[in-house]
Amino acid sequence: MRQSSLLYFDGVSVSFDGFRALNSLSLVIEPGEMRAIIGPNGAGKTTMMDVITGKTRPDSGEVFFGGATDLTRMDEAAIAELGIGRKFQKPTVFESHTVWDNLELALKAPRGPFSTLFHVLRPAERARIEDLLELIRLGSRRDDLAANLSHGQKQWLEIGMLLAQEPQLLLVDEPAAGMTDAETAETADLLRDINKTRSVVVVEHDMTFIRALGVKVTVLHEGSVLAEGSIDHVSSDERVVEVYLGR
Amino acid sequence: MSLKNLMICLLALVMGCMVQTTGHAEGVEVLRPLVNALAKGGFKETEAQVGALAATANPAVAPALEALSNGDLYERKSDKLVVIGTKAGADLALTDPLTGEALGTTSPAALTKIKVNNGLRRTIRSALGGLTLMAPDPQVRMAAAGAMFKSVDVEGLALLDAAIAAETDARVLTVMQEARAAVLLAVDAPETTKIEAVRVLAGRGDRDALSILTGVAGNAGTPVALRDAATRAITGINQNLALWDVGQNVWYGISLGSVLLLAAIGLAITFGVMGVINMAHGEMVMIGAYVTFMVQEVIRTTAPGLFGGSLAIALPLAFLVTALIGIAIERGIIRFLYGRPLETLLATWGLSLILQQAVRSIFGPTNREVGNPDWMSGAFQLGEMTITYNRLWIVVFSLLVFAGLMLVLKKTPFGLYTRAVTQNRRMAASMGIRTPWIDALTFGLGSGIAGIAGVALSQIDNVSPNLGQGYIIDSFMVVVFGGVGNLWGTLVGALTLGVVNKFLEPYAGAVLAKILMLVFIILFIQKRPRGLFALKGRAVEA
Amino acid sequence: MITSFLVRAFDRQAALFLAILGLVIVAVPALNLLLPPDHPLHVPTYAVSLMGKYLTYALLALSVDLVWGYCGILSLGHGAFFALGGYAMGMYLMRQIGPRGVYGDPVLPDFMVFLNWKELPWYWTGFDMFPYALMMVLLVPGVLAFIFGWFAFRSRVSGVYLSIITQALTYALLLAFFRNDMGFGGNNGLTDFKDILGFPVQADGTRAALFVASGLALVLCFLLARSVTRSKLGKVLVAVRDAESRTRFLGYRVEHYKLFVWTLSAMMAGLAGALYVPQVGIINPGEFEPANSIEAVIWVAVGGRGTLFGPIFGAVLVNYGKTWFTAVLPEVWLFALGALFVVVTLFLPKGLVGLAAMVRARLPRHRTLKSEPATPSTGEPQPAE
Repeated sequence: MRQSSLLYFDGVSVSFDGFRALNSLSLVIEPGEMRAIIGPNGAGKTTMMDVITGKTRPDSGEVFFGGATDLTRMDEAAIAELGIGRKFQKPTVFESHTVWDNLELALKAPRGPFSTLFHVLRPAERARIEDLLELIRLGSRRDDLAANLSHGQKQWLEIGMLLAQEPQLLLVDEPAAGMTDAETAETADLLRDINKTRSVVVVEHDMTFIRALGVKVTVLHEGSVLAEGSIDHVSSDERVVEVYLGR
Repeated sequence: MSLKNLMICLLALVMGCMVQTTGHAEGVEVLRPLVNALAKGGFKETEAQVGALAATANPAVAPALEALSNGDLYERKSDKLVVIGTKAGADLALTDPLTGEALGTTSPAALTKIKVNNGLRRTIRSALGGLTLMAPDPQVRMAAAGAMFKSVDVEGLALLDAAIAAETDARVLTVMQEARAAVLLAVDAPETTKIEAVRVLAGRGDRDALSILTGVAGNAGTPVALRDAATRAITGINQNLALWDVGQNVWYGISLGSVLLLAAIGLAITFGVMGVINMAHGEMVMIGAYVTFMVQEVIRTTAPGLFGGSLAIALPLAFLVTALIGIAIERGIIRFLYGRPLETLLATWGLSLILQQAVRSIFGPTNREVGNPDWMSGAFQLGEMTITYNRLWIVVFSLLVFAGLMLVLKKTPFGLYTRAVTQNRRMAASMGIRTPWIDALTFGLGSGIAGIAGVALSQIDNVSPNLGQGYIIDSFMVVVFGGVGNLWGTLVGALTLGVVNKFLEPYAGAVLAKILMLVFIILFIQKRPRGLFALKGRAVEA
Repeated sequence: MITSFLVRAFDRQAALFLAILGLVIVAVPALNLLLPPDHPLHVPTYAVSLMGKYLTYALLALSVDLVWGYCGILSLGHGAFFALGGYAMGMYLMRQIGPRGVYGDPVLPDFMVFLNWKELPWYWTGFDMFPYALMMVLLVPGVLAFIFGWFAFRSRVSGVYLSIITQALTYALLLAFFRNDMGFGGNNGLTDFKDILGFPVQADGTRAALFVASGLALVLCFLLARSVTRSKLGKVLVAVRDAESRTRFLGYRVEHYKLFVWTLSAMMAGLAGALYVPQVGIINPGEFEPANSIEAVIWVAVGGRGTLFGPIFGAVLVNYGKTWFTAVLPEVWLFALGALFVVVTLFLPKGLVGLAAMVRARLPRHRTLKSEPATPSTGEPQPAE
């Protein structure tokens, strides 16, 4: 199973001062899959993302990417170069850079200091940034500082930066948070679109959003998987209703 | 030098015992002619008189003999009374050698000095030893035996034997036997006796015994068996002394550590709770020291009798003054800079410059004299270790401050709120804790503790406008090493750094030891960037 | 590739700035050397040296800004790199004294003779050659910065921790250089220099030349800093400053970037120190005082960090203030400096350059230029074209 998977979690535990954020979590994401992760606060969603991206080292357990690469031995930069992109819960873009520069920084290119020191933007790269600007609908604001964007625009810029990295796997933390209904629907469309070429893991609270995605759902609770299946399957699960959805 | 000090001690003891004996007025009057006779004739006659005085076995004659030995005994020309004269300006202040009664001052011309030579001094010494070795007070006998051990009085051997035979106090007996052993090694005696003496000295095990034994072992004329015994004893003593050296170093280390603790603990609180480095922290220490100075100035001019309590008065005052300054700094500057720790660092550095210059303008750039009250001065011996009272009190004081602070943080509502803010500021705020107040009070508390640290440091450091500067880097190192947000870490960090520093000093010298410590900490935070006792979890990364 | 890298450094702002600096570099020595001393426009030699000193301070400020303004690393120890560069130059100048010392030893500097040293320590060899000394001026601070940075950045020491550790670094060096057995003249440092490259250091011509050299070094380092900050690397640095972990998740090895700019900056500081020493005629351990390093930071803050003109402007202004105050109101200087720290951090987070930008933005005439970033940034709104 590990060999054919894109992301493979087996018995992963993380604890902070006695608090078990992840409790023997096991989870498999297939190549090309889009997966929604839901769960109450403290269920371990963000910690799971931290483990995948190398921010947190697990106390025990295995995490493999593409069947063979052990993520627990790598740092954030190496994991990012491997092809895992992450969008944070709170949109984090480089506020004192322009929209254009944000995308340029994210664009897949050699990441070493000397490569960037002598870097000159090639026409192909320029075209790629133009494409992305169009996709995230920020073409008219390319010269504005990211700090001056609205919340929703920042979310989109961050998704654009994620795409600029050309990752195999996107980790998206609450992309719909703070968006209007229309924006939420558009975001769901965008993610489905992205999923045509890449695998996506979405963490989200908004059940309408999850329903709009229409993908397999994993429910986390107290650091391990409580239920897994279609949205209808999990939302009829007694325990899920108990701990998360409420009666 | 130390011999002289010992003599003075001895004299004091004898004086003390004299107060008890002055009741026997007729005894004193019996002695009077004997004492007056010291002035008759030349050295020979005086020597005979010393013998006669010693034969009375009355300790009351000791001051006279002591004075004679020091060349302080005179005959008053007017009435042929023998008196003790001590320098008082150009004149001499007179005291009665037997009663200790003051007899006014006279010009030296009215007196005849009783001459003394080295032979006479020796006689006096053994006479004195004999007198005091037989004294009823065991403390006097102890001191006498100790003196005889130091002086290795060859002629006192018979006296010692007599005293040992009569001695009942086991501790005094040991010292007497050690003195006897020292003498035996110096005189012509059978080898077995000498080896036995070496054994006795090995049991004593201090530096004095070591120097005697080294003399024995180093003497080419010493028989082989004796030399071996001495060498073995020396090895044993050296090991013993090395152990005491370790103890002494640990003590110095603890002492330095307690100073670091005092200086760092306030910083640890403000840094732990607010993530703010107060570069003016050292200046709070400095202001605390100047408060002590001012309190002592006022006491000197108005109520000199209160001087012993000056520190007790300075403590709350220093706390109050620096805590208020701290709160003012927090309200006036720091609260506008939250979330910008680097700017806070710069602004408080600027403040430290202003405070230093202000103190320099008011009090002048030179060191100010802050006195030690009596109970803070002096030292005592613990085995082979010397412990000064001011250091001892500062160790005790720093632990008290630490315990008090722990109590405040663990047992009061203020402490609860402070801990809540340390762990999760946003959550604490949403629970209804007024974080701005907690910040201001915490800053005040941290500064106040720096102030009382200043009171303590005024006792061992120079009180100058630069006093605080020397502590800021060290304090921060302690906080970093111990781990932010954990007072136990600060305690362990301070003591560890103190002890390690003092252990490095003998090998590397003070400056290099300090450099090594800094390098060590720079390397240490490679391994544990958040210190020995780090808080873990998501909160600290926020 | 290299040309485009350098071309980036020029634009109208930079050209204007360089023109002014160029004028100063030419005019000051000319007015000193060409006009007779009684001429009203004559610049006395001491003033040339003083201004030369300001220029080296400006270079130091530029180096501090490179790490602080662009990468968010607040160094409280850049004075150490400055002093190390100064010591390297001082060692060259000591060797140039030759047999003209008080003790007349052909090789050993006076303080070594005084300490009864028999031969030159190994680390003094080669310093009689100017190119070697010049190399050491850059290499010693550079290597120290590299080693220090490698340890510090790899273990992600940042923020106030890093600041205090840098302060500890310069403090440790201060203590070390005070020691006589270090072989750097102990307390007194290195002084009594005679000549540099064969010219007497005290002569008017040499002083003017040193002034010009300081000015040229500043120009070159300014251009270098500008091309670095306007490259993609510069953008990554600002990204690190604003959102370090985000930059990591984009795949950039933050520690490598920090190490690069940190080492570059230390070498600039070393160069500044090397130019400083012959103009003031002495280098002693006092240059390692933590207070000096923090003062350099305030020059940057006053001028405006995250801009390259700001720190240069700030360094000259604050040091002119210091010269004036210490001559006229010495008691007040520390009050003024302390107040400067407080006022700038509280009210002028972007320094005087930021203030000027704000004032300009308020003027109706300049409304259209307002998209100029108000936050510290590279000052480059958009790639060219």
